[in-house]
Amino acid sequence: MKVLVTVKEVAAVEDEFQIDGTAIDEAYLEYDLNEWDDYAIEEGVQISESVDDVEVVSVTIGPERSEETIRMALAKGADRAIRVWDDSLEGAELLDVEAKTDILAAVVEEEQPDLVLSGVQADDDGFGATGVSLADEVGFEWAAVVNDLDLDVDEGVASVHRELEGGVEELTDVELPAVLTIQTGINEPRYASLRGIRQAQRKEIAPMTLDDLGLGAEVADSDLDIVDMYEPESESDAVIFEGSAEDSAGELAAVLRDGGVGQ
Amino acid sequence: MSDVLAVAEHRRGELRDVSYELVTVGSQLADATGGDLHVAVVSGDVDRYAEELDVEGVDTIHTVEDGEEFNHDVYAQVVEQLYDAVDPQVLLTPNSVNGLDYGPAVANALDLTYVSDAVDVELEGSTLTATREMYGGKVETTTEVEADAVAVSIRSAEWPATEAAGDAVVESFDATIDESAVKSTVTGFEEVGGGDVDITEADVLVSVGRGIEEEENLDLVRDLADALDATLSSSRPIVDNGWLPKNRQVGQSGKVVTPEFYIAIGISGAVQHVAGMKGAENIVAINTDPNAPIFDIADYGIVDDLFDVVPALIEEFEG
Repeated sequence: MKVLVTVKEVAAVEDEFQIDGTAIDEAYLEYDLNEWDDYAIEEGVQISESVDDVEVVSVTIGPERSEETIRMALAKGADRAIRVWDDSLEGAELLDVEAKTDILAAVVEEEQPDLVLSGVQADDDGFGATGVSLADEVGFEWAAVVNDLDLDVDEGVASVHRELEGGVEELTDVELPAVLTIQTGINEPRYASLRGIRQAQRKEIAPMTLDDLGLGAEVADSDLDIVDMYEPESESDAVIFEGSAEDSAGELAAVLRDGGVGQ
Repeated sequence: MSDVLAVAEHRRGELRDVSYELVTVGSQLADATGGDLHVAVVSGDVDRYAEELDVEGVDTIHTVEDGEEFNHDVYAQVVEQLYDAVDPQVLLTPNSVNGLDYGPAVANALDLTYVSDAVDVELEGSTLTATREMYGGKVETTTEVEADAVAVSIRSAEWPATEAAGDAVVESFDATIDESAVKSTVTGFEEVGGGDVDITEADVLVSVGRGIEEEENLDLVRDLADALDATLSSSRPIVDNGWLPKNRQVGQSGKVVTPEFYIAIGISGAVQHVAGMKGAENIVAINTDPNAPIFDIADYGIVDDLFDVVPALIEEFEG
């Protein structure tokens, strides 16, 4: 069987930063693998380790820089990777859910996976919607916010736990082919070993353009238009204790004692 | 075409609060368009839910009897059919785990632009303006979209719940469910890890987050909890790492706690975490980042390295 894992390179913002128009100034951004996708990769690799004849393919939408990130997936055990990018994506201010759905659907069409694993959300734009939208587009079954997966390959059923709010999990069986959006905590993502990193250098990252996928440049057009970006106003009215760690700890201790703590 | 359609949410026999928050948002939008607010309630005891949802601002409640609990394959079909029947300008769904399990599919099937996790929504003419967070809440964005084909999922607890009595018309909606398209089966529910400690009962919680960096550093926080005679809890990453069991997790997907003192150590205060602890009587935050959102809700704060402050605090109580 084939498992397709969608991965995204996301930008992390430094504590202090500046906004340039409707984006954060590039100088304050550091790029890394989206946390949720790390768990999705691990889940895919664990499936390949426990089931015979599984190919794990990772796909990303991103510029050449993002190869560093997607190589992390290869170093952790993905067999090969696909990177989709071209000039029309380069110029897009925001790739919305629809754009990502169209691009990933074309990759699914090409690869015909049995299972697609996708992080629940991306830490930068936070849409949390692409996996389910993709499932609808390609006619796959799906489950959102999965924190436990038991795959019955022979029956073609994924038994999952969906993490609901308030400490409750829903147990659901979904038929394959399916898209599962993976929640953090489902597993313990491995560190890439030195051997894995060396092997990853030899694995293929196939570059693809929209044209290669039979898509037009209009895919990058978004109906969403970001017109403003700003730092949320601080609503803090906290009493902040200042001075040395000992001084501030002493002041806090007094407050806690007044409140009856530690007595 | 000027109407608004909102989809209520319930679980295990109870309407969830976000349903009433959807009414608040929906009626504001319907006021802006001059249209009606339609609320849909699907599956379960729909007649009782309809009575409970008959609050100010709701014009029509559509009840759809189909199954007991949420099933996304059913919800997707029902909401798509209701959308066609009502022909609204805006479709509203909760940005909940279940909302995210059908909203994007419905939006894709109906070719609606999907705006998720909105914390504010306004409508002027044919333009909808949504406020969203990006980069883990470090910035907010104002996003515009043409509103005649838009689905918006709203973050819970950002709007007040509408509670005043209403006079809505209740209509039963006969959806045609294609059973062959129902390929998922909910087989049950499970409470998250019981364990021997109930953090919801604690008067004082010492809660630890990502800032603790390494598992062995947890001992430091354990020592503080001992010194204060407090109970240890944590934010999500600590549980994800397997450093503490799930029954210690505070937050949207963990436990909701209401202690007298909540001492947040190395916790940034992501919205999912805050959802679980904002009801604490006194919130104390210790974090190196002065811009961490935890300080917005804290009563007392120390902007300093926890590895300096926590030993000093232990010394205060044990010294």
